Amino acid sequence: MDGIHDLGGKQGFGRVRHSPNGPPFHAEWEKRANALYGLAVRAGILNMDEYRHAIERMTPRHYLSASYYERSLTGLATLLVEKGLVTPDELERLAGGAFPLASASAPGRTNAVDAPRFRVGDRVVVRNEHVAGHVRMPAYIRGKRGVVVGESPPYPFPDAHAHGVAADDEPTYDVRFATSELWPNAADDAFVHVGVFRSYLLPVP
Amino acid sequence: MSDPQPSVAPIERRVDAVEAVLATHGHRPSEFVVEATKTADERWVPENGARIVARAWTDPAYRARLLANGKAAAAELGFELPRHHRHLVFLEDTPDVHNVICCTLCSCTAFTIIGLPPDWYKDFDYRARVVRESRTVLKEMGLDLPPEVEIRVWDTTADTRYVVLPLRPRGTDGWSEERLASLVTKDAMIGVARIAAPARSS
Repeated sequence: MDGIHDLGGKQGFGRVRHSPNGPPFHAEWEKRANALYGLAVRAGILNMDEYRHAIERMTPRHYLSASYYERSLTGLATLLVEKGLVTPDELERLAGGAFPLASASAPGRTNAVDAPRFRVGDRVVVRNEHVAGHVRMPAYIRGKRGVVVGESPPYPFPDAHAHGVAADDEPTYDVRFATSELWPNAADDAFVHVGVFRSYLLPVP
Repeated sequence: MSDPQPSVAPIERRVDAVEAVLATHGHRPSEFVVEATKTADERWVPENGARIVARAWTDPAYRARLLANGKAAAAELGFELPRHHRHLVFLEDTPDVHNVICCTLCSCTAFTIIGLPPDWYKDFDYRARVVRESRTVLKEMGLDLPPEVEIRVWDTTADTRYVVLPLRPRGTDGWSEERLASLVTKDAMIGVARIAAPARSS
């Protein structure tokens, strides 16, 4: 989905609030929130793609105003409801107040039928697709050209795995893009490498 | 008129609620929280990655294995990845190339190797800007790279994980692996810092 989470290249943000050697947690509840999602993954209640997508489905206003661990907790709670472990009413009764959850999901999809294999050095173009459900293609590479510089072992296909849709595992390719291709005349000169699932790519004709 | 919206429960109470749901379904969350927090505090620490980097600086054969297969080379030193991280890539800095990692979509990192990601790594400013304005962002964070150095940004959009293998600082000839490891920071393995040459001691 073209969600608020897809931040790469968005303008208007400010200086990074850099705190070298800052602790990963700032409150006891953050440690609990982090552990509980880990428990849910380990217990097989949800998988990582479902979890990521549940966070992405938060309303933009909530997503941008929530802290990292609040987003994590909201994703987890949303999935507990969707998987029938609890109702929203019961969650709110337990919490003693409103418990905002993420919005409903659109359907997922399986692998592209015509996805070719690539090798290091191949020139590729990212398919010009707008996917309603979960997708791990950041918008800034949509339709852009790059070069394959690496290949990973096969992984579950996120667009399917986040939605309980059957699909084959597929490799991701590390694709190298020039910033001049991604944002012509509007970026620092550099290369950006993105791990791109095979189904998102086509050969450059 | 509709009823006024009830106010949002405090975040601690929302965590309590989720924990209660998991307890009702027999998952023993309070025990898991203690165990997971201990694991994060004690086992997922940047000292792991620092040991790998120091070994790569001192042992050329290990460096070659690390660059060929990061996961296997990490395992040689006893460091494991979660099951869903099937591939670990170490990115070699050279005098002419500087690597930096990010996750524009969320917060993905090799957290068992470099520790849990810092706040700023997960924050919107870094995620939005580092892919597009890498040189500017690095400069703002204190790393002013010479213009001839090529910057390579790595966006962690899949479950392949990246760690930067920084340049060994000058002035460390003959140092032990352990002493070298003490120089290596989480920031350096993310790529927002280079490791400074140590101050000369008398």
